[in-house]
Amino acid sequence: MNFGVLVFPGSNCDIDCFKAVEETLQQPVEYVWHTETNLSKYDCLIVPGGFSYGDYLRCGAIARFTNVMRALPEEADKGKLVLGICNGFQILLEAGLLPGAMLRNRTLKFRCHPARLRVESAETPFTRDYGEGEIITIPIAHGEGNYYCDEATLAELRKNRQIVFTYAGENPNDSVAGIAGICNRQGNVLGMMPHPERATDRLLGSEDGRRLFTSILNTWRERHGAAVVG
Amino acid sequence: MLKASVYVTIKESVLDPQGQAVKGALHSLGFREVAGVRIGKYMEIALDTDDRAQAEERIRAMCEKLLANTVIEDYRFELEGPER
Repeated sequence: MNFGVLVFPGSNCDIDCFKAVEETLQQPVEYVWHTETNLSKYDCLIVPGGFSYGDYLRCGAIARFTNVMRALPEEADKGKLVLGICNGFQILLEAGLLPGAMLRNRTLKFRCHPARLRVESAETPFTRDYGEGEIITIPIAHGEGNYYCDEATLAELRKNRQIVFTYAGENPNDSVAGIAGICNRQGNVLGMMPHPERATDRLLGSEDGRRLFTSILNTWRERHGAAVVG
Repeated sequence: MLKASVYVTIKESVLDPQGQAVKGALHSLGFREVAGVRIGKYMEIALDTDDRAQAEERIRAMCEKLLANTVIEDYRFELEGPER
């Protein structure tokens, strides 16, 4: 399974994502500079966290017009898996691949600490190795993770089971319905504020993020008739 | 040359955390009459054209595509420059 980690000027979690794939899955992974126009060789594309284009104007607003982000929807339409983490989630929202938008955290604070999450849906390609309703610990690190959507959109998200992660306990940013991560209607594009790539080893404080990566690989293997691990 | 002044603000229906914080600060400074604060962005855009009608259309497109996120923000703009 081929992984591509998109890199924009200002990305700073690209290496963490690369290492998470390399060490958790031992699968081929490459960095993809934002000027690339062809993403057809990758089976999964990760849009990493950071401060693409300095967060100028709005988080993710400028990155969405790069070549890689113009090429991404075509791959998503083919059913390939797309994972946006933190700034990557913001970019997917700005690109319209996921509904809603991000506001500043209600407290105006940059929150950087482990967060307890509830796995709301274990039926997505990204969460199949978790239990439904399971509580996991994954770190957050953001100033603009206050997810917003209108009532009609929230009802749609609920109806289609697109809410994948919520904050269990304290809502660190005051996001609508405690949302920490959502997927598109087809389920192959996931955006989440917490950083699973920073929770892949006990030395990092948690290894609860590993199963997000193993879920991706197992989904791909199942689709391609290969043996499922774990 | 025309100059566009573009104002982008968070929609009335959406909470503006920065505006809330500034309102609290103004209250603590004794400006009790402050009933609400909304914080936005102001952009000056110089346009290399004298065609106001076209400029208006182009600025609107810029706002829709990039300058504002219409899920959470409203925009308005004014054009300054030679009248026809």
